[in-house]
Amino acid sequence: MNQCTNTHEACTISEVLEQVFQVGFFAAMIRVAAPLLFATLGEMFSERAGVLNLGIEGIMLLGAMTGFCAAYFSGSLWLGIAVAATTGIIFGVLMGFLTVTLGLSQHVSGLSVTMVCSGLAFYGYRLVFGQPSQPPNVKAFEVLSVPALADIPLLGPVLFNHLALVYVGFLLVPLAAFLLYRTPWGLSLRTVGENPYAAASAGVRVAWYRYQALMMSGALFGIGGAYFSLAQFNAFTFGVISGRGWVCIALVVLGRWDPWRCAVAALLFGAVDALQLRLQSSGIIDLPYQIFLMLPFVVTVAAMAVLARNARAPAALLIPYRREER
Amino acid sequence: MKTTSLKSALRAMATFLFTAAAPISLVMTDAAAEEKLRVAAVFETPIEEPWVNQIHVALKQAEKELGIEYTWSESVKAADFARVMREYAEGGYRLVMGDAFGAERIARRVAKSYPDIAFTFGSGIGPAEPNFAVFDNWIHEPAYLAGMIAGKLTKKDTVGTVAAMTIPEVNRLSNAFCAGAKEVNPAVKCKFSFIGSFFDPPKAKEAALAQIEQGVDVIYAERFGVIEAAAEKGIPAIGNMSDQWELAPDTVVTSVVWDMWPTVKQVVSQVKAGVFTSQDFGQFSYMGKGGSFLAPFHEWDSKLPSEVKDLIAQRKAEILDGTFRVPIDESAPKSE
Repeated sequence: MNQCTNTHEACTISEVLEQVFQVGFFAAMIRVAAPLLFATLGEMFSERAGVLNLGIEGIMLLGAMTGFCAAYFSGSLWLGIAVAATTGIIFGVLMGFLTVTLGLSQHVSGLSVTMVCSGLAFYGYRLVFGQPSQPPNVKAFEVLSVPALADIPLLGPVLFNHLALVYVGFLLVPLAAFLLYRTPWGLSLRTVGENPYAAASAGVRVAWYRYQALMMSGALFGIGGAYFSLAQFNAFTFGVISGRGWVCIALVVLGRWDPWRCAVAALLFGAVDALQLRLQSSGIIDLPYQIFLMLPFVVTVAAMAVLARNARAPAALLIPYRREER
Repeated sequence: MKTTSLKSALRAMATFLFTAAAPISLVMTDAAAEEKLRVAAVFETPIEEPWVNQIHVALKQAEKELGIEYTWSESVKAADFARVMREYAEGGYRLVMGDAFGAERIARRVAKSYPDIAFTFGSGIGPAEPNFAVFDNWIHEPAYLAGMIAGKLTKKDTVGTVAAMTIPEVNRLSNAFCAGAKEVNPAVKCKFSFIGSFFDPPKAKEAALAQIEQGVDVIYAERFGVIEAAAEKGIPAIGNMSDQWELAPDTVVTSVVWDMWPTVKQVVSQVKAGVFTSQDFGQFSYMGKGGSFLAPFHEWDSKLPSEVKDLIAQRKAEILDGTFRVPIDESAPKSE
């Protein structure tokens, strides 16, 4: 496969194309994007309601931990997912208390929630499992092929041969779009994020909507986190999230606070990440590995600079709503 | 340090009272004189991380067999490294161990300010006078043996390694693995992926899946997370650091094991005897000293051809009697 390495440019490019654009690449793209999609959609909801939820990184980690514990002791992976979502909801409420009820800085509150959750995840894990030499594991989710559809050549293995959670993640996209754009609830939520005073004068309970959005975002963060400990991997380890939550914050901006575009953003990140891993081990391009590892982040930032330059954030994002003030 | 001084004051008082009073006092003073050696460890990652865990396990063993008192801190990032080291140094610990890869300069600077305390850290660079000794996982020998097995097992002549980052320690193992594979099968191509982190199992797994797609059919799990990918795709894998056989009995052929016991034993006895010097304890991780070995084949014992087992046994004997030296190559490996 590597006959034309170091000969001439054209050959190298065709080699790259041949090695990269295989079924496995596209499947990996979707696999990498799925957990990010959960968290990105969650963040989108909370920002649409006017609250930047920087608790994302910590809630994902804690969700990965609680979800894993529940699955480990009950033997039910889906119960693990439910527990992870519940964990997220609880910390969504905490986030709401800090930013909505108390009207504190969203940046500071979010980072505090992340720190508290990371600490709790660490502490809770040690409390439950002590200091194992090898992390205890569960039997992770298995690939669920969609009958008939999985047999379609090319498309089948790429789209219909995934973990159940992957389908759930991608089905959430139209659902989120429907909720946001086609329901009175979505209209109220968007109004709360654009102009809470107008929303309030129309009879919308601003604080309640923000709480709802934060609980939704928490639940999705929790599930996104548990994806790593129950689906992508079969154990909880402390490096299991390592910054992936922060990536989702950028993906929301790149996705211009729109569910469909957010999905595209997550897929773009997944694609570049899957691509860089393949380029690294292909041995075709001789570059320091750090360049490859950096690619998904560079591409996301570059795409954000080009595509999301004119994107407009929800007008009331970061601004606490105080009824008496105007 | 209030409690410490209070304690020592009380102990002094008690000692005084008893020596003045009864014969039982003799026993008491003896006990005080033979106070346990207090050892602390500072780890940059959680202790589940296999590299760090090997140090932790050996120190636990020392707690039982050498009668030391052992405390540790995990997940200490570079920003906190100096503070935690100082806390131990000032808290009456006479030996501080750990891994300094993320804080090489910090660790050396702190050690300098406590010349009476022994510091022994995992490090990619050298020791420093007067009291900073180093060790490292010099386990390229079993990695080479594992490579020989991989070279024999591969059907597509492609073996892979998923590793952390291109630091000397990691490069050494990765290159030794590849060299071993090439020795028995010159047609072998070696692939390498780096995940840029010491402990990110989901990423390591994804990197392994990418390699398997590109034809890798025996994979060396330098990092945690790779074995799971190999098990999913049904290819043999080789564990690293500890015997990782239990993670996937059908998948893990053997593991490249690092045993920190000889190092810890040496360091602790030196400190106890008061003869500790800042030296490189690297040799104590070599196979000859029992600091590393190739794990048993477990389930694979019946699956490996006896020709391969004989070959490995022979090469192992040659390494142990010094007639074969595994080449040390610390250059950054490149995928082929």
